[in-house]
Amino acid sequence: MIKEISNEELETLVSLIHRQYGYDFSDYARSSLKRRFQRFMGYAYIGGVTELSDRLLQDAAFFERMAQFITVNVTEMFRDPLFYKTLRELVLPRLATYPIIKIWHAGCATGEEVFSMIILLQEAGLLERCRIYATDLNAVSLHKAEKALIPLKCMKDYTQNYLQSGGMEDFSNYYMADDEHAVIDQALRRNIVFFQHNLVTDQVFNEFQLICCRNVFIYFNKQLQDRVLRLFYDSLAPLGYLTLGLKESMMFSEESARFDAVSAVHKIFRRKS
Amino acid sequence: MIAIGGSAGSLPVLAELLEQLPVSIDCTMMIIVHRLKNVPSDLDRLLSLKAPIIEPEDKQPILSRRIYLAPQNYHLLIEDEGTFALDYSEPLHYSRPSIDVSFASVAEAFGPRALGILLSGASKDGAAGMQRIIAAGGTGIVQDPATALFDTMPLAALELCPEALSMSITDMVHFLTELKMSAKHDQ
Repeated sequence: MIKEISNEELETLVSLIHRQYGYDFSDYARSSLKRRFQRFMGYAYIGGVTELSDRLLQDAAFFERMAQFITVNVTEMFRDPLFYKTLRELVLPRLATYPIIKIWHAGCATGEEVFSMIILLQEAGLLERCRIYATDLNAVSLHKAEKALIPLKCMKDYTQNYLQSGGMEDFSNYYMADDEHAVIDQALRRNIVFFQHNLVTDQVFNEFQLICCRNVFIYFNKQLQDRVLRLFYDSLAPLGYLTLGLKESMMFSEESARFDAVSAVHKIFRRKS
Repeated sequence: MIAIGGSAGSLPVLAELLEQLPVSIDCTMMIIVHRLKNVPSDLDRLLSLKAPIIEPEDKQPILSRRIYLAPQNYHLLIEDEGTFALDYSEPLHYSRPSIDVSFASVAEAFGPRALGILLSGASKDGAAGMQRIIAAGGTGIVQDPATALFDTMPLAALELCPEALSMSITDMVHFLTELKMSAKHDQ
């Protein structure tokens, strides 16, 4: 049976975590945050919110486990293949005009979207000129991303996605497989740096031609979405590109006036100059 | 809020239900059906020619007299401010969208004003969610298993929720039409 959490209990948990550990979830979307807490309580056999608060107060390692669990790090390679096809057709030819192309993957989880991107860049002959910064809040996810290990059972789906995205090569050329994993080719990954960055609190750290932040906004409330949109605006070069998840919208934010839609369907935007 | 969940064998039933309901929908409807991911889909247009069906985006306000369809490859939730919220966490019962996830969120947001309907399906998704709707004071309706192409979903719901009403599609149409009339009387 699912453990219920009231709105008041949720606020208590959020402020406890902020005070004790410095992570601020107060501007995360309530419905999914509550659901993550509830699922974690089921997963860790916690009987109620009081027990959860007590454990969080006393046990930093327990908090780390919970933080891993509640920050969603589910991802796929070439998720939404037509988005990648549009990226190939509309965005990469523009990026090709820059001598150095800087790309930020914000909220990269275990790196699957970054690996999809480097394959696109390789096929467009741009990878050599790219510097890719891949960041996430979750240190364990970043550690996995650095190893570039993909469960082998996913590769059949990812190969289909790759072909639908307009890929013309033999997808298996891009990885080495053992019994359980595919490892993305080390040579393709040489221009990627992974590091921790918190969109809630951290600032601009470079200027980019392209920022990818797909399916991260859905976990934020409108205030935080606005803040992060401002951060992205300030981090983009004039006419730099921003991509969001297919069902993420700028329509409900005032910041949308500072961007043009390159593809409204595939959620590709461009900073106005 | 009427939340309708279904899986294998539910699309013809759903289309029939939407076809037979009176045009003036007096409440909001939200449809959660198991669907393929990463393939283009026209489900929103296929389901009904009568009423436009909206696949909501994140933070889109929920309006009355609208029919919403959970988008592919996301869970669909409801925020307290009356907007939709999306979630890309792990699938439940191998499904994203999951009926359980949306039903639980509907139960929490709408309490006694929630009505959950489960149609044909070959998985047990939705039963636990319907239990939440009923526990919050809402109503649960299940497609009569004898009329369902796949009866696993309705049977699982009836087993977990004895209070849920089992109905044919014709009875559901009558029930929903009456419901709207009584809601009008209340105003």
